[in-house]
Amino acid sequence: MDYSPFFLTFQLAITVTVILLVIGLPLAYWISFSKNKFKVVVETLVSMPLVLPPTVIGFYLLIVFSPQHFLGHFLESVWGVRVVFSFTGLVIGSVLFSLPFMVNPIKAALQNFPSGLMEASWVLGKSSFETFFRVILPNVKPALLTGMVMAFAHTVGEFGVVLMIGGNIPGQTRVASIAIYNEVEALNYDTAGFYALVLVGISFCILLAFYYLNRKTPNLY
Amino acid sequence: MHTPQGLQWLDVDLAIGKGENVSVFGESGAGKTTLLRMLAGLTRPDEGQICVDGEIWFDSRRKINLPVQKRRVGFISQENSLFPNMTVRQNLEYAGTGSNVDEWLGLMGLKGLASQRPDKLSGGQKQRVALIRALVHEPRILLMDEPLSDLDVTARLGVQDEIVKAYRKTGLATILVSHDLSEVFKLSQKVFILEQGRVIKSGKPQDVFVNADVSGKFKFSGQIVEIHKDGVLNILTLAIGNQIAKVVASDEEITGLGVGSRVIVASKAFNPLILKV
Repeated sequence: MDYSPFFLTFQLAITVTVILLVIGLPLAYWISFSKNKFKVVVETLVSMPLVLPPTVIGFYLLIVFSPQHFLGHFLESVWGVRVVFSFTGLVIGSVLFSLPFMVNPIKAALQNFPSGLMEASWVLGKSSFETFFRVILPNVKPALLTGMVMAFAHTVGEFGVVLMIGGNIPGQTRVASIAIYNEVEALNYDTAGFYALVLVGISFCILLAFYYLNRKTPNLY
Repeated sequence: MHTPQGLQWLDVDLAIGKGENVSVFGESGAGKTTLLRMLAGLTRPDEGQICVDGEIWFDSRRKINLPVQKRRVGFISQENSLFPNMTVRQNLEYAGTGSNVDEWLGLMGLKGLASQRPDKLSGGQKQRVALIRALVHEPRILLMDEPLSDLDVTARLGVQDEIVKAYRKTGLATILVSHDLSEVFKLSQKVFILEQGRVIKSGKPQDVFVNADVSGKFKFSGQIVEIHKDGVLNILTLAIGNQIAKVVASDEEITGLGVGSRVIVASKAFNPLILKV
């Protein structure tokens, strides 16, 4: 039995969650508090993966990063990085595809955050930066946790984007969902069934832990 | 200024002396809160000047606008603004060096609650903590935006006493926004009456309110704002709605009553005055 699809899947999901946390927090903050008129455009773009078929995103990424096109050619000739059919490609595709799952819960929490608390902190001489880390962030923890779990789980479960941009290379881009498809195509129902069962079990445990933790954390905002 | 009635000018010229405790009184929508927010640096005035202790905080002509963080004001609002993720002590230490935190907690009878989170406190306790938090920041002026309006009468009187204690201990200049008359009498030496964005009257609370219109109601309920003994009689000053009335009472009638007590006043033989408005 080849366990590499699972390792790959979780390596991908953890990488994507960490990257999304770093990108998603400032992005959600900007969307929540900026008065920029193009904010609504950014908001729409962030939520696009919710309505688009994953294959559409995968298709565009494949085109943009292919060595025949400018960006793909540039990356390969300058840094020697090939995005298509590589783990890097999986990460980029998954980050884009799971972006709304991280940004939207945090955005909702920030928009509901009482302005009086932020103002109280400013009046006490604290900068917006310090206010964000010491007052806002600790009070939106449940939303942060929701975003992380959703992004993680969504990355574990995705298929279309990773297939388009990553292909099906064992040990490199063959994640669990693709491995299942692969085994079914080869009529190895036992292996496919095992992979599927493991995914069901792990997903159940992650969500169970999440709901349990969220039940114990007081939901402030 | 945006009000429920649409855009409205807020045009105010106030001068407040060092250590003076003043209040701004008026209906909701008169611009009281906006005024305080402008002083604190939370709302930007269109034009004008704000000057504290010779330092210019805002000057539209010279394009000076000192950020809220640098103004060092104490600000207590009506809603609870304690940080829910911090204990009482952490809330206070967030504001200042923490050197006199214990002294203040003791003075306001909150020592036992230092390690509690705000959601475990009563409304009155929360506002006391908010008051201490504003004070340990060592502000140059204390701004209070209807800090007691969400409290019941007992809690309100308690916190009023703590505010008076704070006045005595710090000698701070304070501006209180309120539409509660007894509060204005107890917590300020000078009152500005704001109506539709303008100050229409100012002076000592007694002069501004007590010499106001005579109330000709047959029966009304109100709150005692002052008890003054005059020979064998007592003169009660009562707040009724937005008006002040003086009545005479015997020693017997006022037993058990004090400033802040709610009473019903009825006149048996009445001869109402009819005044054209």
